[in-house]
Amino acid sequence: MELLTQPWHWAVSGFLIGLVVPLLLLLGNKAFGISSSLRHICAACLPANLSFFKYDWRKESWNLFFVGGILLGGFIAGHWLRDPHAVEIAAATRERLAGYGIYDHSRLLPPEIFSWSQLLTWKGLIFFVIGGFLVGFGTRYAGGCTSGHAIMGIANLQWPSMVATACFMAGGFFCTHVILPWVFGLVS
Amino acid sequence: MSNIKYLLAGAFFGIVLVKAEVVSWFRIQEMFQLTSFHMYGVIFTAILTAMLSLQVIKRAGIKTILGAPISVAPKTFNKGQLFGGLLFGLGWAITGACPGPLFALIGNGFTVVIVTLFSAIAGTWVYGAVKNRLPH
Repeated sequence: MELLTQPWHWAVSGFLIGLVVPLLLLLGNKAFGISSSLRHICAACLPANLSFFKYDWRKESWNLFFVGGILLGGFIAGHWLRDPHAVEIAAATRERLAGYGIYDHSRLLPPEIFSWSQLLTWKGLIFFVIGGFLVGFGTRYAGGCTSGHAIMGIANLQWPSMVATACFMAGGFFCTHVILPWVFGLVS
Repeated sequence: MSNIKYLLAGAFFGIVLVKAEVVSWFRIQEMFQLTSFHMYGVIFTAILTAMLSLQVIKRAGIKTILGAPISVAPKTFNKGQLFGGLLFGLGWAITGACPGPLFALIGNGFTVVIVTLFSAIAGTWVYGAVKNRLPH
């Protein structure tokens, strides 16, 4: 049981994540990809006569079951396989985050940012509202996210997915080294 | 009912995402600060496993459990992969999450991530509304 509750090694985790690709193909010839679910939710709930949301989302409903499963998996991992220890963070990152006023590593997300009490603050606006918007807008504009492009696309030797993944990383590096230091200076 | 198998596959994936800690904002910060190999190790291993599996499926002509042929549609390039990719990268570093982890985190008990998910859905919707005016 301790094997299950402790954080899993990157090689084990990567192998198990990679197996989801053949698993979905074997279950029903489905291509691994998660950001499409956000589009299906729009098509189902608020199509607003936009051509981008006019398609039969019911034919893609497997994808909504899949993300529902991810939610359930998150619950199972949190309730029965929870690791009682703090997230082990590299010393250099820990120091840098302390400079931003982030000290609590006891859970997967820092409570100094990701808690309901921050919702109506500048932090909340930037970290959940604007950040989330960029995730949804960017992945759809790019035609996929880390699952659809970085894993499925590259594994299938698709060069457009290599380009997309390189841009994901470039955007992330720029944000971490240029935007976030500025943002933390502003909000803390 | 046939969709239940995808719910189970998702649950498996969700458990791995959490246990791998790739849903952790801290791990994403480490990745972009180049202070830990963890995320790189997970992603490279996942790609390698998926790549080898795809080769086996293609070469051996393996079919689905219901006997249907397996085929993966090719991806075509457009400038969206550049511009959209950069924008997603910004959001990835801010929220510490891509779409999959958003669902896993909510299930894990981080209810405030529901706000992030709604914002991501709004972002997807706005993309659908302005798509024709963007360079592709």
